[in-house]
Amino acid sequence: MSSRATAPQGSPLRQLADREGFLAWAMLLPAVVYIVLVVAVPFGLAVAFAFSDVTAGDPSYDWVGLRNFARIFEDPVFWKALGNTFVFTAVSMALIIVLGKVLANILVADFHGKWVVRFLVLLPWTTPVALSTVAWLWLYDSVYSPIDWVLRNLGLIENHLYFLGRPELATASVIAVHVWRLVPLAAVIMMVGLLGIPTDVQDAAKVDGVGFWRRMFEVTIPLTMPLIAVAALFGAIFTFTDMAVVYILTRGGPTNSTQVLSSWAFIVGIEGGDIGQGAAIALFLFPLLLAAAVLILRAVRKIEVF
Amino acid sequence: MTVAVEVRDLHKSFDRGRVHAINGVDLATGEGEYLVLLGPSGCGKTTLLRIIAGLEQPSAGEVLIGGSVVNGLPPRVRKIAMVFQSYALYPHKTVLGNIVFPLKAQRLDNGQRPDKAQRRSKAEWSAELLGISHLLDRKPRQLSGGERQRVALARALVRDPQVFLLDEPLSNLDAKLRATARDELRRFQQRVGTTTVYVTHDQAEAMGLGDRIAVMDAGTVRQLGPPAEVYDDPADTFVATFIGSPPMNLVPRDGVFVGFRPEHLLPPEYVSGARITVPFEVERIEYLSGDRHAYGSVSRLGEQTRVVARLPATVTTPLAGGQTHEFAVATRRLCFFDASSGLRTDPVAVGA
Amino acid sequence: MSTAVVDPAQATRLRRHYRRRHLLSRTALYTAAVLAALVCAGPFGYGAITALKLNADLYDASNNPFVFNEPATLDHVVFLFTDTAFATFVWNTMWVGLLVVAITLALAVPAAYALTRLDRPWAGPMGIAIFFVYLVPPTLLFLSLSRLVVATGLQDSTWSLVLIYPTITIPVSTWLLIGFLKALPRDIEEQAMVDGYSRLGAFTRTVVPLLFPGVVAIVVFAFTLVASEFIYALAFVSPSSEKVVSTGVPTELIRGDVFFWQSLQAAGVLIAVPIALLFNLLLARFISGFTQGAVKG
Repeated sequence: MSSRATAPQGSPLRQLADREGFLAWAMLLPAVVYIVLVVAVPFGLAVAFAFSDVTAGDPSYDWVGLRNFARIFEDPVFWKALGNTFVFTAVSMALIIVLGKVLANILVADFHGKWVVRFLVLLPWTTPVALSTVAWLWLYDSVYSPIDWVLRNLGLIENHLYFLGRPELATASVIAVHVWRLVPLAAVIMMVGLLGIPTDVQDAAKVDGVGFWRRMFEVTIPLTMPLIAVAALFGAIFTFTDMAVVYILTRGGPTNSTQVLSSWAFIVGIEGGDIGQGAAIALFLFPLLLAAAVLILRAVRKIEVF
Repeated sequence: MTVAVEVRDLHKSFDRGRVHAINGVDLATGEGEYLVLLGPSGCGKTTLLRIIAGLEQPSAGEVLIGGSVVNGLPPRVRKIAMVFQSYALYPHKTVLGNIVFPLKAQRLDNGQRPDKAQRRSKAEWSAELLGISHLLDRKPRQLSGGERQRVALARALVRDPQVFLLDEPLSNLDAKLRATARDELRRFQQRVGTTTVYVTHDQAEAMGLGDRIAVMDAGTVRQLGPPAEVYDDPADTFVATFIGSPPMNLVPRDGVFVGFRPEHLLPPEYVSGARITVPFEVERIEYLSGDRHAYGSVSRLGEQTRVVARLPATVTTPLAGGQTHEFAVATRRLCFFDASSGLRTDPVAVGA
Repeated sequence: MSTAVVDPAQATRLRRHYRRRHLLSRTALYTAAVLAALVCAGPFGYGAITALKLNADLYDASNNPFVFNEPATLDHVVFLFTDTAFATFVWNTMWVGLLVVAITLALAVPAAYALTRLDRPWAGPMGIAIFFVYLVPPTLLFLSLSRLVVATGLQDSTWSLVLIYPTITIPVSTWLLIGFLKALPRDIEEQAMVDGYSRLGAFTRTVVPLLFPGVVAIVVFAFTLVASEFIYALAFVSPSSEKVVSTGVPTELIRGDVFFWQSLQAAGVLIAVPIALLFNLLLARFISGFTQGAVKG
C-alpha cells in the first residue's frame, strides 16, 4: 500500500475520526468516567464510612476502626436482619425458579389471547416496586383484606389473620410479594432460553418418540440451564438487595422480625442519621453479591457452547 | 407391491388459508423403495415430509403408513425415523447419549422398556453399521459435518423404523464430501432395506439416490417416475427445465415448445437415424471437465432461440464462436409441450 | 418389518386416545394461562375496583370486597389529581426519566460501539466490569451518595436523581446495546468506510440509524428502571414538590396512619398499565437484545 496514495486529505480532526485506538477511548471514556465518579468513588467512600463516626449531624470524618462493626455485632436486630436476608433470598429463589419455569412454558406456548396474558403477566415486573407493594399492602390489610374475606366466607378462619402483624405471617407475606414481582422477570429470561432451542432439535425429540416429561428433563432443561441459572441469580440479587418491599409492607416489623440488611441500613443510616454504622451494615451485602455476579457470568459464558 | 407410505389428496395451508404449501398431493411409496421429493425451495416438499412425520397436521387429506391412516397420531407412534437438515443432534449429550435417547422411550414387543444393556448393545450395533463406533464418547460439537450426519442416521436407525424420512441430509456437507456421503447413504439403505422418503433440491442427489423421483412445484407433484424417465420424458416444461444441467432447450413454434436436451444437439455425423438438421449460430464455447458447452441460437426448428449444446469429449468437430454450423437432433429425442399449459402434447411435424 | 405400523382398529383407538390427550393438554394450558394472569394482575384488578368505591362501601368488613355494593364513584380518582401532588410526581418522573434516558443513550451507545466493534484487547474485561457495576445495588451506595449529594448542594432536589440514575441505566443499557450491535452485520459499516466515510462517519451514518429499534427498546427499559427506583429517591429527596411517583405515592398518600386507599390504588393502576403496555410492545426486541448480548461473538 503506498502511503502517499492513502494519506488522509482532510484536517487533523478527520484523521482522528479514523484512528480506532483514539476513537475507542473517546467513545468509552465518558461512560467509564461517569460510572467511576458516581459508582466507584461512592463505593470507596461507603467502605471508608464503615470505619468512621460520620453522622448526618456531624459529617466530619474520624477514623474509628472496627467500632461500628463491634456495635452492630452486639445488636440482635442486625443478626435477625442478616438471617432474614438469607431466608427471604433462598426461599424466594427456589419459588422463583419453579414458578418462573412454569410461567415460561406457558408464555412460549401458542394459544388465543396470548397477547393479553403476556401483558397481564408482565405487570408485576414492570410496575414500580413501591406502587405494586402498596397494592399488596391493601390486600394484606388487617381489617379489609379480601384474602381474609374469602377465607372467612369459606369457613376456614374465624377472625382476621393480621398478615403483617404476626412474625411468621409477615415473613411469608414479604416473600410472597418478592416471588410475585420477580417470577415474570425470571420467566422472560427462561423464555429467551426456550426460544433459543433449535426447532429441529425439539422436533427430533418428538420424532424420537419421547414424551413431554422426558423431553423437558432430558432436552429442554439441560439446554436452557445457563439461562435458568441467570434467572435464578437475578431473582436472588433483586430479593437480596431490595428494601422497598419490606420498608413499605412492614418497616421491618412487627418488632424487627422482617428486617433485612438493606432496610436496617436505611433505618440506621438515613432515618437514624448514623451513616457510619449504616454503611457498615450495607457492606455485608457485598461479598455475596460478588459471588452471585461471578456465578451469573459463568452461566452466561456457557450459553455460547450450544 | 405393498405400499409403505401413502398420502391421499393432501392439502396444507398456513396463515388461515392464505398460504397454500401443499395443493392436493397423491403419492405412494412401495415397500423398501427410495422415493425422492425433488423441487425448488418453497415447493412444499419439506412440509410434505413433516406431515408424513406427524410434525404438522394436514389441512385436508389422509396420510397412511403401512396401510392404516395415521392422521391425528403423534410422531412417536408412527414408527418413523427422521434425519433433519441440521441433524438436530442433542448438543448436551454424547454421541452414545444421542443414539440411545430414542430407545429410552421405546417399548419392546413384550411391552417392557429395553434395559440399559439392551439399549447399549443396540446403539453399538447401529454405530458399528455406520462406522462411528470410535466416536461414541464425543459431543456433537467435536464432530465433523460428515460424522454428525452419520450420528443422526444411527439415531434414526435404532428405532427400527418402518420408514426413514430424510430432509436434505447432505446439504450441510461440502461439495467433495457430498458425493461420497451420497454413495454411502445409498449403500446403507440397500443394506437395511427400509423404505425411505428423501427430500432434496439437488437434482444430482435425486438422480443418484432415488428409485423414483417426485418432482414438486408450488405444492403439487409435477411428475413421478424413475430418474431416467423424469429426465428423458419430462411431463411438462417445469420438469424439463428444472432437471438437467444445463436445462432442456425449449424452442417456441406455433403454440408448442419443441424441447431437446443439450447433449442431443450435435454435429450431424454424430446423430444416427431419423434426425432434423438445424443451423446453429455459435456465440461462445465453455470447456467444462472435458465437455464443451456451446452457447448460441438455432433457427428453422421454430423461432430463433438461444440454446445450449453439450458436446462430450468424444465429439471432436472443431467449433469457434461467431460461426454458424450445421447441427442435428434425433427426431426421437424431441419432446413437445403445449405453450399455454406447459404439458406434453403430441409431436408436430417440424421442418426438415 | 413388513407388519403394519398399527392395525386400523388400534389406530382408531390411539387416535381417540391422543385427541383426548390433546384436548386435556389444551385445557390445562388455558387454565394455567388464566390462573397465571389472574395471580399476576390480581392485585391491580382488585386495586382498580377499590379505586372506584365509596368510603361507605370500602370500609365495611362485611361487604363482598370484589363487587360494588354501592354505586361506583370517580371522586377518589379526581381527588388524586386535584388534592394531591400526584400530577407533580408524574411530571417529575417524566422529566427525570427523559433526561436520564438522554444521558444514558449519549454515553451508552458510543461505549457499546467501542466495546463491540473497535477490537480493543481490553474490550472483554471492560464489558465484564460494566456488567458488575449493574449488580452493585443502590442499597450499598445510597449512604455515601447521600453525602455526595449534600456536598454538591443537590439535596432535596430532583436534580440529584438526574445525576445519579444514569449509574443504574448505563451499565444495563450498554449490555443490551452490545447485543443489538452484535446482531448488526459489520459489512454495512465497512461498506460505508469503503464508500469514503471515516470510521466515525460510518458509525453515525450507518450504525446509529440501524440501531434505532434497539434504541427504542433501551429508552423504554431505562425509563422503567428510573420509574421503579425507590431507595435513592427516598433517601435524597423529601419535599413533596420534588418527589417522583415511586416515593411520592406511598409517602404522601399515606399520612401517618391515614391511608387514602382508593387514591393509592388508582395511582398504582394508572402508572402500571401504560408502562406494562409499552413494555409488552417491545418485549420481543428486548428478548433478542438479551440473548445476543449474552452470546459472545
